[in-house]
Amino acid sequence: MEQLLSTFVRSIFVDNMIFAYYLGMCSFLAVSKNVKTAMGLGVAVTFILVCTLPINYLLENYVLKEGALIWLGEEFADVNLSFLAFILFIAIIASFTQLVEMFVEKFSPSLYASLGIFLPLIAVNCAILGGSLFMQQRAFENVGVATAYGLGSGLGWMLAIVGMAAIREKLAYSNVPKPLRGLGISFIITGLMGMAFMCFSGLKI
Amino acid sequence: MGLISKKNKEVLTGPLNINNPVIVQMLGICSALAVTSKLEPAIVMGLSVTAVVAFANVIISLLRNTIPNRIRIIVQLVVVAALVTVVSEVLKAFAYDVNKQLSVFVGLIITNCILMGRLEAFALGNGPWESFLDGIGNGIGYALILIVVGFFRELLGSGTLLGYQVIPQCVYDWGYVNNGLMILPPMALITIAVIIWVHRARNKDLQE
Repeated sequence: MEQLLSTFVRSIFVDNMIFAYYLGMCSFLAVSKNVKTAMGLGVAVTFILVCTLPINYLLENYVLKEGALIWLGEEFADVNLSFLAFILFIAIIASFTQLVEMFVEKFSPSLYASLGIFLPLIAVNCAILGGSLFMQQRAFENVGVATAYGLGSGLGWMLAIVGMAAIREKLAYSNVPKPLRGLGISFIITGLMGMAFMCFSGLKI
Repeated sequence: MGLISKKNKEVLTGPLNINNPVIVQMLGICSALAVTSKLEPAIVMGLSVTAVVAFANVIISLLRNTIPNRIRIIVQLVVVAALVTVVSEVLKAFAYDVNKQLSVFVGLIITNCILMGRLEAFALGNGPWESFLDGIGNGIGYALILIVVGFFRELLGSGTLLGYQVIPQCVYDWGYVNNGLMILPPMALITIAVIIWVHRARNKDLQE
């Protein structure tokens, strides 16, 4: 239980997807123009992370890892399929994105319209594949921890994009030097937010 | 002129400056930031992405008339994922240390927006040779930014380049100190912001 909580909190604040690893920057910069859309995308990303991480965790531990196929019989003990990880992970993510897309289209057409092209593009959002790859690298103990990690990183990403959207809404009224307008100033703000988030490093529960 | 006509030359050199994937098209920012705290991984990453973009562009361009429109994203992802798996195995075999430093970011080439962006915007509508040039151009444009950022971050952050000490010891004796902040994640963003600032100040028509 304690480990669940600590993984969850660490993945929101210390290992924040945006500020510590810059994953999902493209949609982060492109969709953070108003808070409502940012919130919708944040929820969608969190949902997909929570769904795909446990599935990919099970795949990794019962199919891909060296010796993971031992439940099929002794002769599979030294099969190592880990080179297939990229293709399988991305296939799971792409099919889940498709599901979410159909779901949102059916139940919330207004959100569907405002997210537009960025909904299918969640499949290529680095934060989601990144979550699975970090899960593979850190070798979590069980599915629970992996799910907590997924939920935490999703919420961390959402926190970042909503904060950024709020700042950019206010920024529309300020006088920024011309060559810095738009992309440049967004980078600087993200950098400053990242520095602020660095004070969470070393946080322990 | 043969293979490189005037239009093809534009396709090849445009992404180096006026149409740069990172600072103008805003593609592939994630990895551009994460691997640039040293120069060496930045160069390796740039080369890997160039290779993957060029070949993925050629393959998709050859397949472009046979892929059904509705499932094209999945087809593209599979092609890219297969190429990235090859690159990752090659790096593991020949450059194990750099592979360790790049960690998950080799796998993340799959979701690098440059790939999807170029496949969608260029390879689906052009022949294999143009697509190959476009891939090379965009890959090099991306590598260029990575190398500039990696150069400044390693020089100012650790006083070395590619692991060799370039700032002489006597400068440290006079009281020069490495700027540890440059190694930390947020400074990558600020370095790129400065590059964008300089680039847009010189190209007035890119300003918003």
